[in-house]
Amino acid sequence: MREIRCEDITKTVRDLCIKANSFLPQDVRSRICQACETESWPLANSILRTIRENFEIAEHDEVPICQDTGAACVFVTMGQDVYADGSIAAAIDEGVRQGYAGGYLRKSIVSDPLDGRVNTGDNTPAMIYWDVVPGDAFRITVAPKGFGSENMSRIKMLRPADGVEGVKEFVVKTVEEAGPNPCPPIIVGVGIGGTFDKAALLAKKALMRSTDVRNPKKYYADLEKELLDRINDLGIGPQGIGGRTTCLAVNIEEMPTHIAGLPVAVNINCHVTRHITEEL
Amino acid sequence: MEKRISSPMTEKQARSLRSGDSVLISGTIYTARDAAHKRLCALLAEGKDLPFDVEGSIIYFVGPTPAKPGQALGSAGPTTSYRMDPYSPALIKAGLKGMIGKGKRDSNVIAAMKENGAVYFGAIGGAGALLSKCIKKSELIAYEDLGSEAIRKLEVEDFPAFVIIDSQGNNLYETGRQEYLDATKEK
Repeated sequence: MREIRCEDITKTVRDLCIKANSFLPQDVRSRICQACETESWPLANSILRTIRENFEIAEHDEVPICQDTGAACVFVTMGQDVYADGSIAAAIDEGVRQGYAGGYLRKSIVSDPLDGRVNTGDNTPAMIYWDVVPGDAFRITVAPKGFGSENMSRIKMLRPADGVEGVKEFVVKTVEEAGPNPCPPIIVGVGIGGTFDKAALLAKKALMRSTDVRNPKKYYADLEKELLDRINDLGIGPQGIGGRTTCLAVNIEEMPTHIAGLPVAVNINCHVTRHITEEL
Repeated sequence: MEKRISSPMTEKQARSLRSGDSVLISGTIYTARDAAHKRLCALLAEGKDLPFDVEGSIIYFVGPTPAKPGQALGSAGPTTSYRMDPYSPALIKAGLKGMIGKGKRDSNVIAAMKENGAVYFGAIGGAGALLSKCIKKSELIAYEDLGSEAIRKLEVEDFPAFVIIDSQGNNLYETGRQEYLDATKEK
């Protein structure tokens, strides 16, 4: 058994919360910079340059890229041979608490979705996702998730007969209806298969994958490319006021499903797609 | 070429702005999001005074990050405006002349804007670090218990925005996209 100390988990989560909010992942930066070179619609191009300038300021001044410093989504990949000296969830929450206070980040969580909607004041609880794997690895990904884009996400239980055309139509329609709301250019995470909840989780996990990495299966890699082209043909553009660059990448994750079903979830992320991973 | 406007503004000034205009806003504006809007509208319904003079004012839909030492306010980009749609018409009727946010508005808001001469500005969503630099002063004036959602009086200088929907109901989200698609089709 390998022992992990909760105080190390807390410190890691604290640092990752702060870092993730000021430093955009390299792949997302590259895609925005690339779009600044390829976007030919003048107004769209000038918006992309402002977006680029913004993440450069955030990095230089070490301030949040966006004021919505998100719900703290924390993905834990934990080996079966790992033992922690206390509650891992409590250690993560403590890391979020320290990171959001010490990093001058916005606290955006309310304690109850309906009754009172009182801010918890420290951005806890974290939204924790657990993966248990063989071995003794312990990996944490912190992904602050903004809700402008989260609110534009959708799920649908398609019929098997709807097939891949049904999936394409639903994904493109979801993006078109979202229009300017989720802060385009966006990144689209798609989860296909599993159950109602598994599809949604796959869509969120798809957003954790680098935009430089395509789905390993050619069938889905081709679908990612086709969807990206179709979305960018919509003309929504950066901030929704016209242009080519509506979407920076489509990432699809799939898994087996029931004979009677074809669940599809679309989780939208904005141009401030943040995630950072550390091994303990 | 950007138009320079100052806030508060008159109905005449608001009506002179056109969808698609790039503007630089200077002067006093107020922050408010969902929770603050709910309270403001409750005050209006009871016939009570608002915590600021709404006549000619501009509300910025924003929940900023806390200021770091040396900053007037932390990162402060716009939040999605449709969540304020249930509340905006009452405020427009009370004298609100401008709103800064991002994303679509509903037909009730647009009708109130046309009737009372108000404008909907879009700031660049996600550009919170950059927009923060235009905020020179910030003072919390109401609802401290709401934290980031409290109402703040901001002094802004050359705050960049687009007129998305003007007082005639022209909508840049519709026309901008269509213009781009038409131009691409011609090629």
